[in-house]
Amino acid sequence: MNLLEIKNLGISFGGLRAVDDFNLTIREGQLYGLIGPNGAGKTTVFNLLTGVYRPTTGKIFLKGQNITGKSSIEINKAGIARTFQNIRLFKNMTVLENVKVGLHNRENYGVISSLLKLPGYRAAERRIEERAMELLQVFSLEEDAHHLASNLPYGKQRKLEIARALASAPTLLLLDEPAAGMNPQETAELMEMIRFVQKKFDVTILLIEHDMKLVLGICEEITVLNFGCLLAQGETASVLKDPRVIKAYLGD
Amino acid sequence: MQVFISTLIDGLNQGSVYALIALGYSMVYGIAKMLNFAHGDVIMVGAYALFVSITQLELPIPVTFLLCVIISATLGFVVEKLAYKPLRKATPIAVLITAIGVSYLLQNIALLVFGSRRKMFTPFLKLGSLKVGGISIPMISFVIIGTMLVIMIGLQLFIKKTKTGIAMLAVSEDKAAAQLMGININRTISITFIIGSALAGIAAILYSAKYMTVDPYTGSLFGIKAFAAAVFGGIGSIPGAMIGGILIGVFEAMTTGYLPGNLTQASDGFAFAILIIMLILKPTGIFGTKRIEKV
Repeated sequence: MNLLEIKNLGISFGGLRAVDDFNLTIREGQLYGLIGPNGAGKTTVFNLLTGVYRPTTGKIFLKGQNITGKSSIEINKAGIARTFQNIRLFKNMTVLENVKVGLHNRENYGVISSLLKLPGYRAAERRIEERAMELLQVFSLEEDAHHLASNLPYGKQRKLEIARALASAPTLLLLDEPAAGMNPQETAELMEMIRFVQKKFDVTILLIEHDMKLVLGICEEITVLNFGCLLAQGETASVLKDPRVIKAYLGD
Repeated sequence: MQVFISTLIDGLNQGSVYALIALGYSMVYGIAKMLNFAHGDVIMVGAYALFVSITQLELPIPVTFLLCVIISATLGFVVEKLAYKPLRKATPIAVLITAIGVSYLLQNIALLVFGSRRKMFTPFLKLGSLKVGGISIPMISFVIIGTMLVIMIGLQLFIKKTKTGIAMLAVSEDKAAAQLMGININRTISITFIIGSALAGIAAILYSAKYMTVDPYTGSLFGIKAFAAAVFGGIGSIPGAMIGGILIGVFEAMTTGYLPGNLTQASDGFAFAILIIMLILKPTGIFGTKRIEKV
């Protein structure tokens, strides 16, 4: 079954056509790659998918439901969560609190009951705390739970961003250059982790990446963007052999 | 010594009220990133609400307190929705000027409704006083300081321990990222204004209980000093607002109490002079953190 369908998606900033006539279909449970040279519009696609930008043209469907032009909050509730290319953790909050932010929508109790400390609130807060710790354990971050996010080493910050995104229980997880700034050893670990996360959380993953080894290693299918346009699409190994793709990356 | 202690208690008193108001400034600044200059006037409206419900409606005292807090909180909520929310994407200066405008609007409405003459409360909290070693300390002082401490601790717990509090922290750090985590920014900002204004309502009760007067300008000087306290302590920080408020209150009481004759008139001036010196030495205030913006 198709989880995500993007049809003729496009956005213009002033006169610049940042993404044009973009189409993409991702099936449930896929690990899908979105690649392309710098400035090709990959992160713009993520921003369109998460409601940061409103598309000028086209439609986005998640599980058949039209989510085009919805707000970030609604899209998060509908089941899309993401990480950022330049890590955007809440740096002055603890590791645990960062994950709790992600869990925000999972528990519903009003402000009134929290102010009056009603029993429902206590139970909900306990569930949030437990769930957050579970998530941290999955990423072996439990020992850092009470440290400030900004004090974590880089690799752990990347992990925490993924944990925070997973906290909102998404059906589609968007990873924006998860391997950026990692050495080959860390990248290898990351690949393992992404596979593990996909199985453990039963989540479909769409990732942007420049590291071709990672892409080849874990993505079943990829789409290549160039100057905002779709250049090639299909099974990873064959797309990467496509002369147009090689030309886009290496020039003539 | 006796004079010193009673002056100190007076200062702690005054400082506690400043601290409550400073909390409102600080929370709103921390989360909505704006200076709500109308915050002081919320206290004035709260005090008038209290005045009317006590002297004209003659409601039971606990009901008047509740009414005062509810009216203040509602006012904060409505002002944010009508005046500030439409400017969410405007420049900070436009928001600041709007806030000043709201402040004058509230003062002028009060002038229109109640006139410029100072209204006197009938005493509504008769608590007597406590004699300790020859010094007579009014019980209200303990109530004021105690209330401030309880609220401070409560607020810290609320922010650290509830999902709404954590959402506030997240919004304060990175609105866009918070939104992508499913946090409703508008709702979070509304809650901040409601809490801040409810605290202003409590400050109005404490202030009225001690000074027993209200006029249309009650809030503005109070607000400015509390704002100074918030900056002094490090704007955006809850303990900072408390320490800043207490320090300004004590300093003011001391200068009024100890400076010779004519100079006491200038005690407000001294308070602000200290603020300026403080800001030269540590621009972020006592508890403020430096934010380095990456370019």
